[in-house]
Amino acid sequence: MNRQPSAPPEATIEFQHVTYGITRKPHAIVSDIVSDISLSVSPGETLVLLGRSGSGKTTLLRLINRMLLPISGQVLVGGRATSEWDVIRLRRGIGYVIQEAGLFPHYTVAKNVGLVPTLENWDSARIAERVEELLRLVGLDSGEFSARRPAQLSGGQRQRVGVARALAVDPPILLMDEPFGALDPVTRAELQREFSALAHRLGKTIIFVTHDLREALLLASRIMLVEAGRIVASAVPQDFLRLDHPEVRAFTASLAVTPGASV
Amino acid sequence: MTTWSFFVAHRAEILSATLDHLTLAAVAMAFAVLIGLPLGMLIVHRPALRTLSLGAASIFQTIPSLALFGFLIPIPFIGGIGRRTAIVALVLYALLPILRNTYVGLSGIDSAVLEAAEAMGMTEAQILWRVRLPLALPVILAGIRTATVLTIGIATIAAAVGAGGLGTFIFRGVSMVNDAVILAGAIPAALLAISADIFFGLLERRLKIV
Repeated sequence: MNRQPSAPPEATIEFQHVTYGITRKPHAIVSDIVSDISLSVSPGETLVLLGRSGSGKTTLLRLINRMLLPISGQVLVGGRATSEWDVIRLRRGIGYVIQEAGLFPHYTVAKNVGLVPTLENWDSARIAERVEELLRLVGLDSGEFSARRPAQLSGGQRQRVGVARALAVDPPILLMDEPFGALDPVTRAELQREFSALAHRLGKTIIFVTHDLREALLLASRIMLVEAGRIVASAVPQDFLRLDHPEVRAFTASLAVTPGASV
Repeated sequence: MTTWSFFVAHRAEILSATLDHLTLAAVAMAFAVLIGLPLGMLIVHRPALRTLSLGAASIFQTIPSLALFGFLIPIPFIGGIGRRTAIVALVLYALLPILRNTYVGLSGIDSAVLEAAEAMGMTEAQILWRVRLPLALPVILAGIRTATVLTIGIATIAAAVGAGGLGTFIFRGVSMVNDAVILAGAIPAALLAISADIFFGLLERRLKIV
């Protein structure tokens, strides 16, 4: 993989006094509230949003690719408010990985990974080449896995395919919502390590949502702690554990009471 | 006269009634699919229309079929004596399974899959044609299968409004108190229904994913 290791300027993300509350939208996943969030993410950074369930961290993620629109304030991607973006263009420039991967069960692995290139009208030879390259990147043998369906994969393999699919058109930004949350601890640690190396190599702007402090410490270049819809702490991993905030201590305590925990 | 010798003696007549019956059911099913499928797709995002259309389709199902045929006769344009009335009634019966299964199939898709599709920048139309419909297809087909078997059965009553088909033998047999004549209508009708069921069953199995 000899792509440009530094993310382009369109990979910046900025929240300006963003508030999101419940608006009635049928069939939408109910999102938690966030209030008056301001933050900015530099190109190539891996920002981890850490928080308990219901803290609003997923809402922050979904505001970036306009799955949600703020009720006040604005989210800028590449310097432009998400409300001004053509939503399809915006989303195709942002990779998205979720828990359980959300792979299409009726598509083969190759078709799943090649979906966005297909939508972008790449020719089939180029798609096939790209799919092979991506599967290699996430540690899957394309000869063995290309023709399989998601149901014929293990949880870890599905998640690898999910990552490959998100990277398909080489988007500058990657959003990840607890991508390793449903995996067994051993597989999870394995994927975390590999993904950490991959993230360094690719130089993408990554926003990573998790409730796992160890995962945050391993992957982040910066950690933001989200509590009840607000960002209550922000620090580089080396300093995070020393912060004096009750929610930080609560998370730190969750590490301490796990005897023998190791990555 | 034994049943068998009646069959042999009237084979041409039975065959032509079977073909009439099949045509009647096929035309009715074509209309039912043409109405039920798009309507089912439409009501996924329209709760008010959903309640209304599923409710109406359910009510049609509760009306005894002979009564429904009778009700339709005096209605201008769609009613009268003959095939048209029969087809309208059959469509009304077939609608519920098709409509309901289309809706259930389309709305029962894993939300993570739809979330991923949306977040990857698929348009509404792409999500419908490439994700929702293929994933809902086995359920939709199951609805069409139920409706077809139902329609072939109810179509025997269409003879009461002069639509022809295998029901002609059944009604004639009942008034003549002649089992052979009844069976000449009932057996082919049952065979048609069973064949349709097997055909759609095979189709469903072929299209089943995962």
